[in-house]
Amino acid sequence: MSGSPSAEWPLWEVFVRSRRGLSHTHAGSLHAPDAEMALRNARDLYTRRSEGVSIWVVPSAEITASSPDERDPFFEPSADKPYRHPTFYAIPEGVRHL
Amino acid sequence: MTAALALGDDALVLSHRLGEWAGHAPVLEEEVALANIALDLLGQARVLLSLVGDEDELAYLREERAFRNVQLVEQSNGDFAHTIARQLYFSTYQELLYERLARGTGPFAPLAAKAVKEVAYHRDHAEHWTLRLGDGTAESHERMRRGLEAHWRFTGELFEPVEGCEVEWHTLHDAWLTRITSVLERATLAVPEGPRRTGWAAGAGRQGIHTEPFGRMLAEMQHLHRSHPGAAW
Repeated sequence: MSGSPSAEWPLWEVFVRSRRGLSHTHAGSLHAPDAEMALRNARDLYTRRSEGVSIWVVPSAEITASSPDERDPFFEPSADKPYRHPTFYAIPEGVRHL
Repeated sequence: MTAALALGDDALVLSHRLGEWAGHAPVLEEEVALANIALDLLGQARVLLSLVGDEDELAYLREERAFRNVQLVEQSNGDFAHTIARQLYFSTYQELLYERLARGTGPFAPLAAKAVKEVAYHRDHAEHWTLRLGDGTAESHERMRRGLEAHWRFTGELFEPVEGCEVEWHTLHDAWLTRITSVLERATLAVPEGPRRTGWAAGAGRQGIHTEPFGRMLAEMQHLHRSHPGAAW
């Protein structure tokens, strides 16, 4: 056999929704030959202690990520703009969980 | 309690066989999948054997002839396709059997209702791999074919009525064959044609007659407990 299977199998990113009402959260990644098997592997690897009600798998190669080199132009400008945070309101009485 | 012992031994022995893949599976993800299935089966075995007696004594101190599992589950792992063929035959059977037991009013109905969801996943896992190996490369197709052929002669025993299981074994068998045929067709594989049991066999696993690999498996499974009775960690 030439090479290990995992070297040939593509990498998948796994997103798990822990319960209804919450959004899917990145749980990790794994190797699988196709999407169906990736879903099953994800079930075995990331939800065996009943962590989830729904799983997404996405080919890692399909993810476009921001580059560390662009960190300053991307994120620095927002650091000194506290007015963008909704902290300048008086919270009306009776509103909880805000 | 014949039935609890038979079903419990099926689950225990197959669980041990699947556990043997730990550290040897082709990829890490598949190792976890097989170990998960093994643990599901071990859970079933513990419940069933506890109905009969002390689970540890039953698992670790019985002689080969006292085990009542079908010969199919004791067969060696072989290559990955070999294991998948064994899984396909057995988990398809186990799902159909537990579906029927869950609908009944017998003592196994609650256990079967819980276990059938686990087993449905085992069957799904085996089916997906059968499709990929059968309809994969020439090499994977050939290995899958060999695995199916090698285990075929142990499938007849699955449908021998088990005393205490109120199940129509004949319809169970027909449903099994229909499902296996459909999976193998989709996987571009042929249903094996040979006899469903070995002509030379002196008996079957349900009567305590086992095949040669089983003794060695038991030796490995039992030696720790026998050397250090009651060992724990």
